Amino acid sequence: KRISTLEARLSKEGGCGECQTSCQSQCEQC
Amino acid sequence: MVHLFQNNGFYIALDANSGTVHDLDEVAYDIIGLYESTPKDEIIKLILAKYNDRDDVTAAEIEDVLTDIEALKKEGRLFSEDRFQAVAEKLSQRPPVIKALCLHVAHDCNLSCGYCFAGKGEYHGDRDLMSFATGKRALDFLIEHSGDRHNLEVDFFGGEPLMNFAVVKALTAYARSIEKQHHKNFRFTLTTNGVLIDDEVIDFCNREMSNVVLSIDGRKEVNDRFRKTRNGKGSYDLILPKFKRLIEARGHKDYYLRGTYTRYNTDFVRDILHLADLGFTELSMEPVIAGKGDPYALSGEDLPVLLEQYDLLGKEMNRRRKEGRPFTFYHYMIDLTHGPCIVKRVAGCGVGSEYMAVTPAGELYPCHQFVGEERFRLGNVFTGIENGKLRQEFKACNVYAHKECDACFARFFCSGGCVANAYHATGSLHGVYDYGCILHKKRLENAIMLKVAEARDRREKADPCE
Repeated sequence: KRISTLEARLSKEGGCGECQTSCQSQCEQC
Repeated sequence: MVHLFQNNGFYIALDANSGTVHDLDEVAYDIIGLYESTPKDEIIKLILAKYNDRDDVTAAEIEDVLTDIEALKKEGRLFSEDRFQAVAEKLSQRPPVIKALCLHVAHDCNLSCGYCFAGKGEYHGDRDLMSFATGKRALDFLIEHSGDRHNLEVDFFGGEPLMNFAVVKALTAYARSIEKQHHKNFRFTLTTNGVLIDDEVIDFCNREMSNVVLSIDGRKEVNDRFRKTRNGKGSYDLILPKFKRLIEARGHKDYYLRGTYTRYNTDFVRDILHLADLGFTELSMEPVIAGKGDPYALSGEDLPVLLEQYDLLGKEMNRRRKEGRPFTFYHYMIDLTHGPCIVKRVAGCGVGSEYMAVTPAGELYPCHQFVGEERFRLGNVFTGIENGKLRQEFKACNVYAHKECDACFARFFCSGGCVANAYHATGSLHGVYDYGCILHKKRLENAIMLKVAEARDRREKADPCE
């Protein structure tokens, strides 16, 4: 096909914040 | 905003505001490139002229593609609008909580790596080890400031944390003894150069550490150029067998081999593949953090080679995956079907607000890369946060704080980049480290290419006629 869109899902207010921090230099806690 | 790019023979569109990825043929690629700037009739004319030797490219076919694009646009999967600004505004209203600490249990090291940003482990200060009392106070401080967060993270860092192994063990035991009564769950990690790994360390790490980061730069001659013992001897032969034993005992998971590349090994993919060929599968290789005058610093001249290397790595990873011997590269891990929520994508790593580094004396800094810079001292675990204004400044560091990011396709994948790198490159927390951005965008393109390649393989397997 000329365009094949990959199955993709980019949202509670303010986020729960339980996730792991991510350092540039979905986690299991989500 | 749509980012169109070609990589490893694939034509790809990333819709930056929805995160949707489209695998295209070259005709659709060209049409999408013209879509927003060119009238429909003109697009048909231009495409027919370009592909006049192709029977399959007809006006009707081009109209079909335009109809598909229109449908995807309506669904919010192509040319979608940014609707997340409000997320950033709400972030500043979040109650201030701390959920992660980087414990510098040792400002000392048994290696003397020539490029160490921490000045051979001492952070440009005196050699020092964290006492149990200071570490215990740091853990109590974390619990006191964590609000209703359940998951708390503690990184044992240095210097070389295993030079203070007794305190690492005692602090871990202390945290485990109090976590239930406070309804918390501690997650520990350790970053080590490997010199002091023995059976006791291996047992301890595999019991208590959710992840271990093991520092090695790749090929022996590359590693030993900078990663030397205090006596000037290369460390490769000393650490490699220890890393192998540790990883085998961990069941080959929950670890990272992390290397640093410099201008002396801009062919760093050879180092990654060297480690992969040794049987390690969780790999990361990072550009050196250096001052402009450092002889090993990367410069603009090196960029074309580095970008080529990242493409080469993507190609090789795709090849090895198809051959059934995949490995993971830290920056090429991306989840297109879920991934982190938009709040986390906008907020970034939480440096200086949710995440802090603690020195052996208990001083608080925004993260390990700010340690020792007096202007960034936030307080002390014994006396608390003393510089609330600075903490607020860090809290405001989100992707919308960087004006340069407004037009960037990668912004919801990098969250505005590393604040420490931005500060050290531009002098502003809200600046942008251009060099890092260029590398990050290239990594993102390769990460997406690998996902497209996997998806196409799955489709072709399901329908060989496609």
